[in-house]
Amino acid sequence: MMGNQDLRELYQEVIFDHNRNPRNFHPMDDADRVADGHNPLCGDLLTVFVKVKDDRVEDISFVGQGCAISTASASLMTEAVKGMPLSEVEALFNDMHLMLTETHPEGRDFGKLEVLSGVREFPVRVKCASLAWHTLHNAITQAGETAKTE
Amino acid sequence: MNAPCVSVSAPLLNRGTDFPVLQRPVRGRRLVYLDNGATTQKPACVIQAEADFYSQSNANIHRGVHVLSQVATDMYDQAREGVRAFINAERVEEIVFTSGTTQAINLVAYSWGLANLSEGDEILLTGMEHHSNIVPWQLVARQTGAVIKVVPVTDRGELDMDAYRALLGPRTRLVGVVHVSNALGTVNPIGEIIALAKQAGAKVLIDGAQAVAHTPVDVQDLGCDFYVFSGHKLYGPTGTGVLYGRYDLLDAMPPWLGGGDMIHTVSFEESTYAPVPQKFEAGTPNIAGAIGLHAAIRYVQGIGLDAIAAHEQALLDYATAQVNTLPGIRIIGEAADKAGILSFVVEGIHPHDLGTILDNEGVAIRAGHHCAMPLMTHFGLPGTARASFALYNSMDDIDALVNGLRKAQQLFGTGQHA
Repeated sequence: MMGNQDLRELYQEVIFDHNRNPRNFHPMDDADRVADGHNPLCGDLLTVFVKVKDDRVEDISFVGQGCAISTASASLMTEAVKGMPLSEVEALFNDMHLMLTETHPEGRDFGKLEVLSGVREFPVRVKCASLAWHTLHNAITQAGETAKTE
Repeated sequence: MNAPCVSVSAPLLNRGTDFPVLQRPVRGRRLVYLDNGATTQKPACVIQAEADFYSQSNANIHRGVHVLSQVATDMYDQAREGVRAFINAERVEEIVFTSGTTQAINLVAYSWGLANLSEGDEILLTGMEHHSNIVPWQLVARQTGAVIKVVPVTDRGELDMDAYRALLGPRTRLVGVVHVSNALGTVNPIGEIIALAKQAGAKVLIDGAQAVAHTPVDVQDLGCDFYVFSGHKLYGPTGTGVLYGRYDLLDAMPPWLGGGDMIHTVSFEESTYAPVPQKFEAGTPNIAGAIGLHAAIRYVQGIGLDAIAAHEQALLDYATAQVNTLPGIRIIGEAADKAGILSFVVEGIHPHDLGTILDNEGVAIRAGHHCAMPLMTHFGLPGTARASFALYNSMDDIDALVNGLRKAQQLFGTGQHA
């Protein structure tokens, strides 16, 4: 049963902050990897730009439009993975997926990303939080297709 | 056609008690169901009609010599007659049961469209069509070389009738128009639209999915060629729908789906087809669904569509006024003639977030593009929040909606400048 407490955990101040003032929110002309993400359920669309150097995320940005959860998740993601080796980004992607849908993976410290765990109580909103991550995953693995959450 | 805000008339008081699902709490609160444009709830009499059929009369139709088959066939035929009377079709054969509006439009597109459209012919749709009245025509246009033209929508959410007149031409073969817009609530002037199309020699299909539960429909008076609707938005079961088609048109149209029940004789060389409407009802139909739909129609007729329309107009007027008291609200769709739908956006809050917060208050609305992406693009929006009303809604439901919106604005820290 969802209550006001769950709603407060979903919409924490960090979420509002990143929704109002998304970080790294701009296109990137010299990106090495670009991928589009689309959530057909609510029409959320975003594009993730990544610059890769020495197998690390040298720079990352995004543009698009979406709900507070999807915008904040994308913004937090860009902060979290900047400078991270690609292999660690992939590991984080897998752990995020687990954290959003099932349970907190053992031994993983998500830092600020922890605020996104509130969506677990709102199954229909999981896709909002995971869209940016799927899109980043596609950008890095160069799947070259629009990431879809369904 | 804005009726004054009248008090709820007697037949519409406490109708919520007829609907079992409205008795269950949601998230510990009274369920306030304002997603009727997506599907309406079902009264106990509809649920009972389906249950009674399965527990007392279930058999396949048009096949058996046994008692149950005869009873089932009679009930199915009576349902068809009930639909005929409901929309005042001239003949019962003009009523084809389908799985819903979508299938009904596909039937017309593939059967009538493939047989009658050729290279350069024009299909005239409008900018406020549901995807189900766009995509089937695109698919058929691709096969036939026909061209789709679109009547634009004004900023108020009405059809640009001057543009419509200008777009009607000698190559216009079919005009496809939504009666009531699912995303805006606009009631289109279909009488005038049909008359103009007839003058131009075009056939007309009216998508009545959002209309039949909210306004009386008389297909003979309208003079349309096809009128389609779903049962589940009319308090009936899901998986039911109706294609009304003028007899001479249906009779001339080739079958769309082949199978049992739609044939006269079959050999491997050639088959001959059953007369309409069986020609278009291949396979075992949704018998229980048709019987449930018949019960829903009787329920609606028992209350009276005029009374329902007046009640919903009062709800819409009250909701429009109340929502407009909130800061940062923009109502999308301000047509002079609207029915039962309030679509809006709230500054600084995405419709999807609104949906979650309202849900937490027990208030069910729709958030998104409402399967009308071209229309959302026209308004420059990713989507809207939509409250849509039914006969069982009350002024209390509107108050719950407005309170929920106020809470959302508090949570998001917007709207303080009220």
